[in-house]
Amino acid sequence: MTESMFDVERIRKDFPILSRELPGGRPLVYLDSGNSSQKPAQVINTMRDHFEQHYSNVGRALHVLGTESTEAYEGARDKVAAFIGAPDRDEVIFTKNASEALNLVAYAFGNPTNTDERFRLGPGDEIVISEMEHHSNLVPWQFLAQRTGATLRWFPVTDEGRLDLSGLDELVTERTKIVSIVHQSNVLGTVNPVADVLARVRQVGALMMLDASQSVPHRAIDVAALGVDFVAFTGHKMVGPSGIGVLWGRRELLDAMPPFLGGGEMIEAVWMDHSTYAPVPHKFEAGTPPIVEAIGLGAAVDYLTGVGMEDIQRHEHDLTVYGLDALGEFPGLRIIGPTTAEERGGTLSFTFPGIHPHDVGQILDDRFGVAVRVGHHCARPLHLRFGIPATTRASFYLYNTTDEIDALVRGLHHVQKVFG
Amino acid sequence: MIAESLYQELILEHYKHPQGRGLREPYDAEVHHVNPTCGDEVTMRVKLGDGGKVEDVSYDGQGCSISQAAASVLHELTTGSTVVDSLAVVDAFTRLMQGRGQVEPDEDVLGDAVAFAGVAKYPARVKCALLAWMAYKDALVRSSA
Repeated sequence: MTESMFDVERIRKDFPILSRELPGGRPLVYLDSGNSSQKPAQVINTMRDHFEQHYSNVGRALHVLGTESTEAYEGARDKVAAFIGAPDRDEVIFTKNASEALNLVAYAFGNPTNTDERFRLGPGDEIVISEMEHHSNLVPWQFLAQRTGATLRWFPVTDEGRLDLSGLDELVTERTKIVSIVHQSNVLGTVNPVADVLARVRQVGALMMLDASQSVPHRAIDVAALGVDFVAFTGHKMVGPSGIGVLWGRRELLDAMPPFLGGGEMIEAVWMDHSTYAPVPHKFEAGTPPIVEAIGLGAAVDYLTGVGMEDIQRHEHDLTVYGLDALGEFPGLRIIGPTTAEERGGTLSFTFPGIHPHDVGQILDDRFGVAVRVGHHCARPLHLRFGIPATTRASFYLYNTTDEIDALVRGLHHVQKVFG
Repeated sequence: MIAESLYQELILEHYKHPQGRGLREPYDAEVHHVNPTCGDEVTMRVKLGDGGKVEDVSYDGQGCSISQAAASVLHELTTGSTVVDSLAVVDAFTRLMQGRGQVEPDEDVLGDAVAFAGVAKYPARVKCALLAWMAYKDALVRSSA
């Protein structure tokens, strides 16, 4: 292990749930953070403190509580903006999750009330995604294609689980209006080469969005350095609460986009027959937002920053190397995704011939307290591409240890014994 | 451990050596059922004879041990039975599965299917066990339509 200040045992003490026992006295081995991460006391306490001492609605109440809540909510926006290197804090839009952020952008296209050329979309125009997308970065674009008559196209995936860029120039062309791909795959662990794709996107004058739900929690992200136009991610995968997600977008694009949901707080003035809209970010935050969830996300960002994103990435890289070694040697086991840790995160999906992932997951949970995810992980087309109905997925985070990977391997040996 | 009550020897036996698997001719109705949350699927054919006799139940599919073993047990219990009797078994099995572990299984009615009693304690797996049985019920409706 590395010689940094990173101390996984100290970190584990921050997460109360990691010391609970499962029925039968088994310890919990939580290897499902790619699904949703656990929460440190710092986040839990910040949210509780807000409910107990400061809670009120934001942006509308003039009293002390309203002021304190608004300050905390907008303070969370400042923290998130700093965390992802947003040039302007108003470019951070709070949504309920990454799916809403992706839908928000998809619905900005092909809207007849909007005349900005970049968001016009119709027959002959193309939307480009990839075969490794989570359904949240797939279905909204299917909707968009169906609504407008535009064509949906996608990057294939190589046998090794990398984005296949061999047809990049034929796929991304002057017809392309938007390219939206995942930054780090929630199944393969693959980290995609954003710069290579972006260079072509800029050549043809299209826009580019990243689904960063699996990257922002695990590595230092600077949206300005990435250079893309939109980034979506979610709070609950980055030690924050569920119910809060983020859309980051370049200010001039957000200004040019039509509003998404209509309602309170997103308006400037309203008449019976028309309205004018608030400037960003509030233009996209209709209704009472998830106030305490946003504040909890701010605390999560503080926590991750305190630990250090580079140390977190290094720790997870070590776990990934260890896990790939351990699973790579396992007889009969097939890893779906890159088998080396380069440009790859700590998400290990695999299959056993003749043993269904549900049976693997059930035995790991019941006998060993090992929590993994089984199924298609909301990426069914990717599983079809590999000719399999489902995989078992172990996903690591800052609080996981090599001992836990050993427990997974012991559990897998038992699974083979039962079904062998 | 709990899993032991779920993975009864009999279930594993049916999973490893499924009875009557494979789609056969002739048939009166064919149905295809899926479990979208886990991707389990089953295709089932039913051939009925005179006097409400169930002449053959053939199937193919993919999925976890519970879903595939349940199809195998279903084949054994229904083939050669009658529509009326087999529907009584389906009802008893459905009640057992949806009973959250509180329903006492009747071995006289359920036969080998009592091995699935432990599944009722796992809400996430009940759908796996019921997949083939719901497909069978659907196929009966279609073959008498």
